[in-house]
Amino acid sequence: MTSHPVPSLEVSGLAYAYPDGTQALFGVDLVIGRGERVALLGPNGAGKTTLVMHLNGILTAGHGSVRVAGLDVRADTMKEIRRRVGLVFQDPDDQLFMPTVREDVAFGPANLGMRGAELDRRVRDALDRVGMLDAIDRPPHHLSFGQRRRVAVATVLAMEPEILVLDEPSSNLDPAARRELAEILRNLDVTVLMVTHDLPYALELCERSLILSGGVIAADGATRALLADADLLAAHRLELPYGFAVPAL
Amino acid sequence: MSAGHHHQLYRPGDTVVHRLPPQCKLLAAAGFAVAVVATPRESFWAFAAYAVMLAAVAAAGRVPPGFVLRRMVIEVPFVVFAVAIPFIGLGERVEVLGVPLSVEGLWAAWNILAKATLGVVASILLAATTEPRMMLLGAQRLRLPQLLVQIAMFMLRYMDVIMDEMRRMRVARESRGFVARDARQIPVLAKSAGALFIRSYERGERVHLAMLSRGYTGEMPIIRDLSASLRQWGAAGLLPGLAAVTAVLSWSLS
Repeated sequence: MTSHPVPSLEVSGLAYAYPDGTQALFGVDLVIGRGERVALLGPNGAGKTTLVMHLNGILTAGHGSVRVAGLDVRADTMKEIRRRVGLVFQDPDDQLFMPTVREDVAFGPANLGMRGAELDRRVRDALDRVGMLDAIDRPPHHLSFGQRRRVAVATVLAMEPEILVLDEPSSNLDPAARRELAEILRNLDVTVLMVTHDLPYALELCERSLILSGGVIAADGATRALLADADLLAAHRLELPYGFAVPAL
Repeated sequence: MSAGHHHQLYRPGDTVVHRLPPQCKLLAAAGFAVAVVATPRESFWAFAAYAVMLAAVAAAGRVPPGFVLRRMVIEVPFVVFAVAIPFIGLGERVEVLGVPLSVEGLWAAWNILAKATLGVVASILLAATTEPRMMLLGAQRLRLPQLLVQIAMFMLRYMDVIMDEMRRMRVARESRGFVARDARQIPVLAKSAGALFIRSYERGERVHLAMLSRGYTGEMPIIRDLSASLRQWGAAGLLPGLAAVTAVLSWSLS
């Protein structure tokens, strides 16, 4: 981190209320250094999705600021911000909207103005990184759920993002698909913020975790230490699955 | 998805007709239809010529007659309508097998049947040799409004997803003992349809967010190069060209 003084993501004092008046975020502060893999944990309704929507400017801050690799999220920086922040949505059917895998992965870079051989290289490279190059000409709805999730990751990788933001990456995956995705994520050379309540997955993939609860960051530390603290987890409606225990170091 | 990986109207192949760029085929089919419609109904020979042209296209595209015939079922409502005309038509009457029929009605029925059939067969051949999404890309090249093309594209992509959702809702209903027997069950079905609409609408919003997240600005980037060579335009122009000549001849001969 010393060689990269500019962190991938800086959120400070971020507060947001929905138009109906529901306050979702009450001042979130967090910094994610370049190359880190961080899990964002929190119960349902903690504001995780609201926070994620701020990271690429789909929602704009009521108060506070979001900076991606030093660039403020504002209306005039939106195009560059959306290239830098790669959002992978929970349901791959929402993310894969084009008729074929190739066109879907090409959608992002083509919007950035890329064409021809360069675009083709970018698409193949992204699919190769998630092990889905063979499916390049298939329609997304003929792939298995796990394969679709991997292609969804590729659609975002193709934009060469500064930070990859995954919303519940392990949801609905069978154990093998879950492990395959973990292997892919571990080998990606990119900053990752993973929103999840799959605590073992967080432990497996992320050294560091944040707990978002009641619209603020309630805890920030080593994943192992947070998960070993049963009282902390209980206070924020988080639980390890039955039969699991994380020994404190 | 037991029907395989292709749309049921499409018949995969690698013939001259399949390889033509979609925009050429779209224009050819439209041009052919215009020529057919413009032909006077008395020119029986012209309609025979049109049928031969379509048969030639089918042969070149390796589309078997049975495939075309099965898909012509869509025309049945028009046939029923056309058959009714001679009975309800007015004016001069002629006896056919003891049944008095309107002469003007017979002509009108023949006119509708012949022209509709030729148009339907041309459309079936177009659909059989052009993948649905290529058709839309072709329409986009022909400057059909972006918004319409995009809506059709999303329909194509999400049809299966929505059908799946519908199936799950039906299974959930029936698992709890629901049977649609008579009109009293209509409110339940109507509520299901409403729920499906809301779900699809919400999915639409999520898809839009996903598009925005990847830099969507209102226009679909054109990723595939679909430009057609002069030769391809020439080949595709053969059908409407011959049809136009036939139409003009039928007018000058009648």
